[in-house]
Amino acid sequence: MSSIRLSAEQMGAALAKGEITSVALTNQHFDRIAQVDTAVHAFLHLDKEGALAQAASVDAKRAAGEKLGPLAGVPLALKDVLTQKGIPTTCGSKMLEGWRPPYDSGVVTKLKSAGVVILGKTNMDEFAMGSSTENSAYGPTHNPWDLTRIPGGSGGGSSAALAAFEAPLAIGTDTGGSIRQPAAVTGTVGVKPTYGGVSRYGLVAFSSSLDQAGPCARTVLDTALLHEAIAGHDPRDSTSINSPVPQVVAAARRLDVKGMKIGVVKEISGAGFQAGVQTRFEESLQLLVEAGAEIVEVSCPNFEYALAAYYLIAPSEASSNLARFDSMRYGIRVGDDGNRGAEEVMNLTRQVGFGREVKRRIILGTYALSSGYYDAYYGSAQKVRTLIKRDFEAAFAKADVLVSPTAPTTAFKIGEKSDDPLAMYLNDIATIPVNMAGIGGMSLPCGLAPEDGLPVGFQIMSPVMQDDLMYRVGGTLEAALNSKWGHTLISQIPDLQVR
Amino acid sequence: MGSHFDLTDSRFAGALMALNFAQAMEKYEPTLGLEVHVELNTNSKMFCSCATEFGGSPNTQTCPVCLGLPGALPVVNAKAIESTILIGLALNCSIAPYSRFARKNYFYPDMPKNFQTSQYDEPICVNGFLDVEIDTDEGPAKFRIEIERVHMEEDTGKSLHVGGSTGRIHGAEYSLLDYNRAGIPLVEIVTKIVPGTGKYAPQVARAYVTELRDILRSLGVSDVKMEQGSLRCDANVSLAPIGSGELGTRSETKNVNSLRSVERALFGEIERQANRLANGERVIQETRHFLEDTGLTRPGRSKEQAEDYRYFPEPDLVPVTPDAKWIEELRAKLPEKPSTRRKRLQAEWNVPDKEMTALINAELLDVVEETIALGAEPTRARTWWLGEISRLANEKEVEPTSLISSANLAEIIALIASGELTDKLARQVVEGVINGEGSPADVIAKRGLKVVSDDSALMVAIEAAIAAQPDTAERIRGGNIPAAGALIGAVMKATGGAADAAKVRELLLKHLGQA
Amino acid sequence: MAAISRDDVAHLARLARIEMSTEELDHMAAELDVILGAVARVQEVSGGDVPPTSHPLPMTNIFREDVVKPSLTNEEALSGAPAKIEERFKVPQILGEAE
Repeated sequence: MSSIRLSAEQMGAALAKGEITSVALTNQHFDRIAQVDTAVHAFLHLDKEGALAQAASVDAKRAAGEKLGPLAGVPLALKDVLTQKGIPTTCGSKMLEGWRPPYDSGVVTKLKSAGVVILGKTNMDEFAMGSSTENSAYGPTHNPWDLTRIPGGSGGGSSAALAAFEAPLAIGTDTGGSIRQPAAVTGTVGVKPTYGGVSRYGLVAFSSSLDQAGPCARTVLDTALLHEAIAGHDPRDSTSINSPVPQVVAAARRLDVKGMKIGVVKEISGAGFQAGVQTRFEESLQLLVEAGAEIVEVSCPNFEYALAAYYLIAPSEASSNLARFDSMRYGIRVGDDGNRGAEEVMNLTRQVGFGREVKRRIILGTYALSSGYYDAYYGSAQKVRTLIKRDFEAAFAKADVLVSPTAPTTAFKIGEKSDDPLAMYLNDIATIPVNMAGIGGMSLPCGLAPEDGLPVGFQIMSPVMQDDLMYRVGGTLEAALNSKWGHTLISQIPDLQVR
Repeated sequence: MGSHFDLTDSRFAGALMALNFAQAMEKYEPTLGLEVHVELNTNSKMFCSCATEFGGSPNTQTCPVCLGLPGALPVVNAKAIESTILIGLALNCSIAPYSRFARKNYFYPDMPKNFQTSQYDEPICVNGFLDVEIDTDEGPAKFRIEIERVHMEEDTGKSLHVGGSTGRIHGAEYSLLDYNRAGIPLVEIVTKIVPGTGKYAPQVARAYVTELRDILRSLGVSDVKMEQGSLRCDANVSLAPIGSGELGTRSETKNVNSLRSVERALFGEIERQANRLANGERVIQETRHFLEDTGLTRPGRSKEQAEDYRYFPEPDLVPVTPDAKWIEELRAKLPEKPSTRRKRLQAEWNVPDKEMTALINAELLDVVEETIALGAEPTRARTWWLGEISRLANEKEVEPTSLISSANLAEIIALIASGELTDKLARQVVEGVINGEGSPADVIAKRGLKVVSDDSALMVAIEAAIAAQPDTAERIRGGNIPAAGALIGAVMKATGGAADAAKVRELLLKHLGQA
Repeated sequence: MAAISRDDVAHLARLARIEMSTEELDHMAAELDVILGAVARVQEVSGGDVPPTSHPLPMTNIFREDVVKPSLTNEEALSGAPAKIEERFKVPQILGEAE
């Protein structure tokens, strides 16, 4: 009997009770991947040898009577933007084809010590730039709800793996919504912790002041368990928070929002959002009221500039972060025929190694930082960032958490927006403000849009270092929704054709 | 100084007139700017924990951070901050209560990230000064050099160009990179423009770098060896017609690897610029390279466009905000200024200027001070180091301080003072110690170098000398005291210099009734 | 409104060390023109006394002790190198000069 549809918590409990071994559980997941991943294409690399070795090691420890954590022996899919020693890490780019890092990221170190079994690396928009995973140099990932549709981005591979039951846990990274928006369109849960809550050491940088790694799973509790496993101070990351990890598991179990004030942000809901998305969002608000919370409306007037500011700051930092990809020390090298100088080889390598979106953002970022334009573009964007922070501060004075639909639409068709960068950027309109201010953000499934039957995500935003509040509200809402439906949302996903 | 201007050099073909330095300085006034890079002597690198030791096997002192691997992040070395603040305090700077790192973006294979983590508009130290003294026609003159800023950055890797058939850099087939040096902490010290030096510009520049070097050495923050690259100087100079009140176009000269080169480079550049201006040609703003062998500068590879560094605040690092308490603790740690120390020692030792200058130029001040601290009499300490030891060092073409330790020399000098060694014997002991025969005591024992002051032993030699020169002895008996010299010399020769000359004289005269 | 020309993009591509064909340059210029038009609105609210934010959280003085820790081995350091000779990274001839 396959355990792949259990939650991670249930798998952990079964492992603890000896009902199943990690090796068996891991193999079940590799079998599932073999059956469905040709269609879904969530994974770029599978590490059977490493995963089974880790599984066996956990089984041995358990057999020896060691007390292990709740996720020991549970499989996980890792977004291909985090380094894992000796395992190919491509960041979805041709530039790093075949590159095997000589070191583990902070996240991977923590996962290994928690006994988590890393199955492989998942597909993503190249260097985390995108909202659909169509910018991967290795082909798109397909949404398990409807294989003709995008799974979101940049972390579409991780969320698709969850929705396709290829893994119960996944790690994503979120710079402008790359965990939350894929979660929304695949009917799964994803959290961007407070900036600095999870180590960025070994997270290949896109936009350093916005990037954050975070937990993804099919339930709020699973996400909380993973959150506690990966969060915490890392002295190798100067922006890492040196405080105790917030008690998110306890918060997720609390199932109580009585007396909480829930702020609906006027500027990121309503007009511009797909009707079905808005409907499901409002229904969830109603459930929270029934659970004892109070809804207040808040206004964050500077949010309308957030997208513009983001598409200046992120490309600017990216243009600098991606300068290191020059073929000299690692990665592909193009044009080195003995007759060309280093600069020419760099130019050719970067022409071939980077895709269109990445080049677009590098050029845009170079422009925004360049002499004579800095003040008008990058400088101004950083000021907008201050205004957004202030808006959040004012809003959090009125409400404990803020909410909105995660994304303006459900999953669109592959190819539908890929020729229109601006249209693509609009997918992040509700998620971006969270990264700009460094606060926490969660997306959990709140239903299927009536017009297309596709998943809708509900976003919860919590103040800096109070991630537990997201989990408290999210856990309560999830339980109320599951109770209302009589089942979880993900259980409604159409069966995938298995090979 | 004479001209460095070679009229036969084809680069100057067509010059209507040739100005030498002196002539140039009659028409133009120079404005200087000096940038000095200091490699700090921290154990680990600026942003990672790799070792900074010099001379390691290539690419064995690197890690994801200093290699710029994807995903790597920097963490600031606390000691580097401390060293930089000490440097700023020693240069009379204000320490910024809030400073930040910034990225300087440009592509070059010796820079792993293709940006340098440096500081831009928020450096850690600002607005200081350094006073230097030089010799002018009118005697010693003081110049105050104002310091614009002191900031932190990181060093690059080293590239080796492997030549093609021509062997020149620009014909190189490929390059090899070693990143051991990448990420070593660098401190950059930038002066404000230095006007009003006139024809003394090269000397002022040299004096500035020298004094700076001495201060850095006294702080213990760097090896400050220009030949090894732990102290690097870029010299900027521009010329304007005297009295014009304008500023000319400046050139920047790199590859200045010694104090003497600082001076020579500026002589050469001033002459070159003066001749261009006198010919009605513009000075091009460019980076030039100093050529040791000719004393001239050559243009660097001209860039099509000026590089735009696109500075922005480093998002991977947080601001540095040293509190007043910490700054005062560091200020209390500042050692005595080298110039103050020199004046104090000169007064203590009562040394004339000329000898003091000789000591300073020979870089023997520290070791002389050490030797004296170990009990040696000051004049002897100075004389021995400046004299015999320096002479031997010159012969062997090594540094005096590498020949013998201050402890050993102090011991030898003490033995001279107590009369157990004569100067002549002491020289033999020094030779023995240098040859590795052991400590002074070892050498004395092995070679049997003891002053013969035993009266009866001396008398034997004295009587032998008298017997050999009876006429001289008679003259002495007759009151001719100076004649004693010949007999004393004979006794010294017979004892191989081991006799105490004064004692010999005393006994001799007494014996001959002239005591 | 920002107008970005093909020459502007060519200059930026040079700064960013990305070779681009004429078609790529034209296409990029058109796309960037639209994007810049959209993002320029940050200037509407950036006047006045608003300080810029570079870091989301107000941390300062994060340092590490000056202690040496093991480096990568030479093999590990060179493991990704497209070309190497003995212990060094081999790169095409560097024609420019270091800063």
